[in-house]
Amino acid sequence: MAVHGETHNPALLHHFAEPQQQRDAASLGMWIFLSTEVMFFGGLFCAYLIYRLKFFGEFAAASQTLNWQLGMTNTAVLICSSLTVVLAVYAAQHAKRAMLLGSLVLTIILGFAFLGIKAVEYAEKFEKHHVPGPSFQFENVKVPTAPGQPERFANPSHAQIYFALYFVMTGLHALHMIIGIGIFVWLLLIAWKGRLTPEYNTPMEIGGLYWHFVDIVWIYLFPLLYLIDLRK
Amino acid sequence: MATATAQPVERENYLNKHYGVGSWLLTTDHKRIALLYLLSITLFFFIGGFFALIIRLELLTPAGDLVQADTYNKLFTMHGMVMIFFFLIPSIPAVLGNFLVPIMIGAKDLAFPRINLLSWYLYIIGGIMMLHCMLTGGVDTGWTFYTPFSTAFTNTKIVEAGLAIFVAGFSSILTGLNFIVTIHRMRAPGMTWSRLPLFIWAHYATSIIQILGTPVVAITIVLVAVERTLHLGIFDPKLGGDPLLFQHLFWFYSHPAVYIMILPSMGIVSEIIACFARKRIFGYSFVAISSISIAVFGFLVWAHHMFVAGISVYAALLFSLLSYSVAVPSAVKVFNWTATLYKGSIRYDAPMLYAFGFLGLFTIGGLTGLFLACLGIDVHVTDTYFVVAHFHYIMVGGALMGYLGGMHFWWPKISGKLYPEGWARLAALIVFIGFNLTFFPQFILGYVGMPRRYYQYPQEFQVLNVLSTAGATVLGVGYLLPMIYFLWSMRYGKPAPDNPWNAAGLEWKTASPPTTYNFEEEPVVTWEAYNYEEIDAGHKEEVPVVG
Amino acid sequence: MFDNFPLWPDRASTAAGNVDALFIFLIIVSGLMTLLIFTAVIYFAARYRRRQGVPAEQIEGSTPLELTWSIIPLGVFLAIFFWGAVVYFKGRTPPRDSTEVYVVAKQWMWKLEHAEGQREINELHVPIGRDVKLIMTSQDVIHSFYVPAFRMKQDVLPGRYTVAWFRATKPGIYHLFCAEYCGTQHSGMIGSIVVQEPAQYEAWMSGGTTGPLSATGEKIFAELGCVTCHRSDTQGRGPNLQGVFGKPVLLEDGRTVTADENYIRESILDPGAKIVNGFKPVMPTFQGIVSEEQLNALVAYVKSLSKPGAPGPKTAAAATKDSKAPTKGSQVE
Repeated sequence: MAVHGETHNPALLHHFAEPQQQRDAASLGMWIFLSTEVMFFGGLFCAYLIYRLKFFGEFAAASQTLNWQLGMTNTAVLICSSLTVVLAVYAAQHAKRAMLLGSLVLTIILGFAFLGIKAVEYAEKFEKHHVPGPSFQFENVKVPTAPGQPERFANPSHAQIYFALYFVMTGLHALHMIIGIGIFVWLLLIAWKGRLTPEYNTPMEIGGLYWHFVDIVWIYLFPLLYLIDLRK
Repeated sequence: MATATAQPVERENYLNKHYGVGSWLLTTDHKRIALLYLLSITLFFFIGGFFALIIRLELLTPAGDLVQADTYNKLFTMHGMVMIFFFLIPSIPAVLGNFLVPIMIGAKDLAFPRINLLSWYLYIIGGIMMLHCMLTGGVDTGWTFYTPFSTAFTNTKIVEAGLAIFVAGFSSILTGLNFIVTIHRMRAPGMTWSRLPLFIWAHYATSIIQILGTPVVAITIVLVAVERTLHLGIFDPKLGGDPLLFQHLFWFYSHPAVYIMILPSMGIVSEIIACFARKRIFGYSFVAISSISIAVFGFLVWAHHMFVAGISVYAALLFSLLSYSVAVPSAVKVFNWTATLYKGSIRYDAPMLYAFGFLGLFTIGGLTGLFLACLGIDVHVTDTYFVVAHFHYIMVGGALMGYLGGMHFWWPKISGKLYPEGWARLAALIVFIGFNLTFFPQFILGYVGMPRRYYQYPQEFQVLNVLSTAGATVLGVGYLLPMIYFLWSMRYGKPAPDNPWNAAGLEWKTASPPTTYNFEEEPVVTWEAYNYEEIDAGHKEEVPVVG
Repeated sequence: MFDNFPLWPDRASTAAGNVDALFIFLIIVSGLMTLLIFTAVIYFAARYRRRQGVPAEQIEGSTPLELTWSIIPLGVFLAIFFWGAVVYFKGRTPPRDSTEVYVVAKQWMWKLEHAEGQREINELHVPIGRDVKLIMTSQDVIHSFYVPAFRMKQDVLPGRYTVAWFRATKPGIYHLFCAEYCGTQHSGMIGSIVVQEPAQYEAWMSGGTTGPLSATGEKIFAELGCVTCHRSDTQGRGPNLQGVFGKPVLLEDGRTVTADENYIRESILDPGAKIVNGFKPVMPTFQGIVSEEQLNALVAYVKSLSKPGAPGPKTAAAATKDSKAPTKGSQVE
């Protein structure tokens, strides 16, 4: 008889010949899904690249209106959450229940922390009228320049493109974070019920992959959006 | 039951194992999901076909007198969107791929059966959204929805149509994901990569395109929706945006998409020709590699849709050169299929007639691609009916003929019934004739200068348009016939034996129709693909089983 | 061919012959290939029809054959590519000293203005034997200027100029189509190219005009106050525009760009995008203040300052005094 760490529906197991095959399939499936996510975000990065080259001054000016300290904090939050995810995977693999539950809870908390800080940032953008659309304003903002070069003001339309990309990119990322938190709440539930064991912890493994990916997307977003040109 | 001859008790199979709507709508059996898809895509095919009919009727006369201009613009847009996103892209992978991929590799199901069902539901949701969009006003941008027309000028339901395609796109991505994992991880013992049927290679290559390309059009749709809703300037030049960026992002997916549409059909043709010539496909490895090459090179040529769009001369030169590279693997396939016929033992059953039709029409369609890749000629013929003829030759003459051929070939397996062979051969002939009559005149129309998406045109183009419409009527009859006799066969067709064609392939070792788990015990493969020599050596007399 | 049933478009430009030759070459190549495949398939299908007791012969493949039928087609394809590239390159390189016609496309009509000042709607008169360069932009969505008889097509974009050229060879009236779907009346956005003998064309030309486009541009240049900063000496707050067009311009960030039509256009609509070395970014934008036609006139004027013997910009008063006809007004049509 096969080892029964699995409490899944027998029909699901039935089409696999053995647990290792099922594990490998799940893992490969998640990696492929992540590659589709790379292409999904890739289109946005492509648009960002083109417009940053075209309107570098406006992008720099707009970037400087972001709160890089909050962004940096969020980066630290996510990196810590990736640590807690790794700990959770380890705990599941070594049947350390307390560590598993604790790590999952911490991950969820850190996820909410990220979203909370993001919400604060978005609120700030609302107040400053930097949300693209009818109420967008970006008047009289100087484009940062090297010393000795003449000053000029940013073109609001071009700055609006920056903010459009900012909101779509970080918004899409935040959406993925929300989905990630949902996945981890579910993982917490099944871990609580004892369904994650050294023999079977595939959901934890692939959930972890997903979370790490969302983290990596942020690692790219942060410098591109927040750290363009800090010279004043 | 007092009948003259004793009726055998119907063996349990995937069709009769459970009854009831619930057992179908909540199934995870890849074969049932394939049938769910079959119903849905057939519905959309006839919707898209209906739009085509009105278009061709309008084009009978030079004046715009059947429908209004806006209506016509919506008709060709919806024809394109429905046919591409809701018929061609899913068709073969979702119907024949879903049904056959697990069986051909000796597996009980796909790697992720529930995700397979989710794929179908996403397709249905996208389809309902699209239907709703069409019924409440529709879209008039052309299926290519170029900016800034689609973002800042049209008043039609772009966002809704875009979201419908977005949702359907995820259906496509999940199908591709499922196939790749299945083919990698669930092959039966002994089923090495070099023993895989070419149908599987074709679907593997298709799946690569689906997973890597579709997300790009998805994000493009998101950007268009955001721009349109918030009046942004990502693609609007008045606000600093670039309409060409849209075109690049759009075609980055939409060119590989055409390979999603044709590769599976090529896989089917390989299976059919091998069976009805009774021999292994000539140059198996080359055909397999060519599928992968097409998938890879297909991602490098997108801007050949933009030669007159305002890209630089140097970009145009590069993309033209690359486009010729992707023509080579396709040509190689045609040569290999032809060479397979040499010293074969050939029968002209309906599936083979469709395969012949494919060979002829795909050759012509593919060759006209050379015209379009040629910069000097493309300037004249792009955005004219020449392009329309080219892609219909490939998509209808190629992909659709392959699909029909495959449906006939595997119908006994899927339904357990035999279709009427005489009617099937007739239908193949009608489709072939109707198709050429419809679309060949369009090559001429394009070269003499009739642009695309025109509902009124100069008088001198009328004769060719009338020919084309006449052909379309014939073609329509050709498509209705299989609908009718397939349905008929489900009730009145002769029961099919397990292997009516004496074909090679694991699917023919299962019952017709198969049981829910396909195989009683896991097969162990010790033979190469297309082992027709072995198969035929075991039969002294060729007993025709169909007809 | 047949009047009511043409199977081939008119050949009315120098490019047409080249494109047709290439097309015919491709028809021959494709025809041969089609014949080859069809013959092989039909012959094999008949010759190797299933016969009792004659099994199929299993042939794995033949690498030499595969290489042959990969490399030879590739060679043919490369030849086609090269020939096509040459034709294309010629078609996208307008000859120097082409006569210029400015085209503004809008839903759903073509507005054309000759450099000499004639305006046309949905029609373009040209003489045979002269190189004509079209400088085109759109007021709204993407259109495409397509003349089948010239084998010429170029998309017309909002926000920038695209260029096409031709030399007509045969008098006649030829279709002009819009070839990029642009909305409701896309199929109604058609017109005619009227190719005339030189004498007829001159006669048509002299039939009333507002003066050359560059003169209109000169007036707008003065009226909008451009002349205050862009003086014909080095004292102005803006660069002297004499001799600028067509030459490289050094920008203050170190880049060098060529002052073509798109550069002039961008400088008027988005002056902050490229600052000339040594100048301050004080030029205001004229986005929304100038129409496409006025932009064309201004571009034509700046171009004229690069022609040998061109006088410098005049002050506003002097320009108005010199003008022959009243301004057409600065509203968008």
